[in-house]
Amino acid sequence: MSFDEKTVAIDVQDVIKKFGSIVALQRASLKIFDNEFFTILGPSGCGKTTLLRLIAGFEDVTDGAIFLYDEEIERLPPHKRPVNTVFQQYALFPHMTVAENVAFGIRMKGGGRQEIEATVLRMLDLVKMGDLADRRPNQLSGGQQQRAALARAIAPEPKVLLLDEPLSALDLKLRQAMRLELKQLQQETGITFVFVTHDQEEALAMSDRIAVMSDGIIQQVGGAREIYDNPVNRFVANFIGETNLLDVIVEQVGSDGCVCTIGTGAPLHCSAAKEISAGQKACALIRPERLRLASATLSNNGIVGSVRQAMYLGTDIKYSVLLDDGVSLSVRSQNGSGQEEEFAIGDRVGIELDKGVARLLAN
Amino acid sequence: MAGTAATGRTASRAFQPFRLWLLIPSWLMIGVFLLVPVLLMLLFSFLTKEFRGGVIWEFTLAAYDQFIFDRGLFGDDPPKIEWTYIVIFVRSIVQAGLATILCLVIGFPAAFFIASRPLGTRSIWLFLVTVPYWVNLLVRTVSMKFLIRDNGPLNELLLGLGIISKPLSIVNTDFAVQLGLFYSYLPFMVLPIYASVERYDFTLSEAAADLYAGRWTILRRILLPVVSPGIIAGSILVFIPSLGAFLAPDLLGGAKNFMIGSLIEEQFKGNAGNWPFGAAASMILLSLVLLALLIYSRQQTRT
Repeated sequence: MSFDEKTVAIDVQDVIKKFGSIVALQRASLKIFDNEFFTILGPSGCGKTTLLRLIAGFEDVTDGAIFLYDEEIERLPPHKRPVNTVFQQYALFPHMTVAENVAFGIRMKGGGRQEIEATVLRMLDLVKMGDLADRRPNQLSGGQQQRAALARAIAPEPKVLLLDEPLSALDLKLRQAMRLELKQLQQETGITFVFVTHDQEEALAMSDRIAVMSDGIIQQVGGAREIYDNPVNRFVANFIGETNLLDVIVEQVGSDGCVCTIGTGAPLHCSAAKEISAGQKACALIRPERLRLASATLSNNGIVGSVRQAMYLGTDIKYSVLLDDGVSLSVRSQNGSGQEEEFAIGDRVGIELDKGVARLLAN
Repeated sequence: MAGTAATGRTASRAFQPFRLWLLIPSWLMIGVFLLVPVLLMLLFSFLTKEFRGGVIWEFTLAAYDQFIFDRGLFGDDPPKIEWTYIVIFVRSIVQAGLATILCLVIGFPAAFFIASRPLGTRSIWLFLVTVPYWVNLLVRTVSMKFLIRDNGPLNELLLGLGIISKPLSIVNTDFAVQLGLFYSYLPFMVLPIYASVERYDFTLSEAAADLYAGRWTILRRILLPVVSPGIIAGSILVFIPSLGAFLAPDLLGGAKNFMIGSLIEEQFKGNAGNWPFGAAASMILLSLVLLALLIYSRQQTRT
């Protein structure tokens, strides 16, 4: 991928943020490209909101620089930064109508009356709130407040839109619908979106690229597929999707991967990893949906265990298999594929996987 | 939210059979100690005065007439408008208004300061605001006079620092009265404003800053309008008692700065009083205050 040709919207360079003695952000560097839907993903307290607030200007960096389209902004007050924010609890002005809320930013930027009116109408139309323009925020439902907050933040045509967990206050159905709408809105407006969330499903569904954070450190940056298929460490592997992590010993390193042994002594073929040599301890990552179950007698690769739990989830059946060394593996088999045999608790099963499915992570 | 509302309803249903009984104490208090005195005043204002204080049970409009018209020493001249009492009323309104503004200018930043302290220390600050109220109002007002008199500590300090060359005469001025009222009623301004600033969501300020508003614009367009219920409540709580106050004008303002409170007080003091006239002045004051509150609440419901 040739990122070099793209315009960089936000360039975070070696930014450190400390609150007293607590380090919220440890030397973070990040490039967000023009017209990108970029997500910062991580558990609560990982520093993702801090990073967003540093970009918006609500917090001052302890050290480092932030550039917005090549302009250095980290010392500017928030009202001088051409970025707008959608807040987690929306922060709509309670004493103003929806239309007045949406008009606020343009008015502050010094737009003319006609320009303001036209923009407000266009924005309310964009978020399908045209007929609620004269309502007060306390007369709106959560979803409507969300839309009003979006319209208000987009109206002044920011160079970058920052979204701080904007969907977390909505119920599940609405949240799923808003995901699509947000993505669509981003494509229609062409504004760069920086979206903060703790919900990995949300991140995978919407983002062009994702930065995974924990403990104030950006662990990995990449596309959804890259992060899911190729996590750089245990944290990312665990945080994104369901994961089996097996402790293995590397036996032999070849050009097309390496052969390892798992706890039960069974061999496991893993894809190649950097800086791995024979005899080393490592950790193998296998996604549950990449594993298949077969009757123990028919299985021939030697990973054998007994079914401890079988959960019917509609689209999938999820098994928990206890290997003979006491490690348990999770296996998801798609329901209705026709080829899958169903197993019951206590059945002896063999676990099968294709070459290249297991990935080695450095310990 | 929904849970508490439901609990509230269940609780009120549980009390349903005793509801009227439970209301009796408050009705008794309001009836006996609020309504009866006011009605008594209303009645007295229409009676004839007795020269040694007290009333004669004869209906007359003389008290109201005396307030508005001057009919000469023997009451048989053609009526002219009597300005004395109207001037006292206007002066009182201006004084109370200025005292309210003084309270607002000092009280708002104070309330804001307290509301922005860490949660644990707020109650200490609130406590400190109310500490002066443990001392009797009369004592406090006299101490104020002591502080600001010509050779008092304030003047000595300013002289000592070389800021002024001769003592400021503050006592017996309008300003002294405002200062006294300000000191008497400041907490009534601070506490309601504190209550609304404390509930103010500071992400609103962040949102406004994010939308290109500078500090002053945020204060004027977001913070002040959102906390305005507290400001208005505080202003009412300061303005109304200031309007009827008599201690501060008497002690700090001297004879020239008579206010309604003093006027009314005079009518009921000793043998020189005029009970019906005092009652009429009280009724006029009460009507003005009620009218102002009515206009305010009308405006509130409209917006």
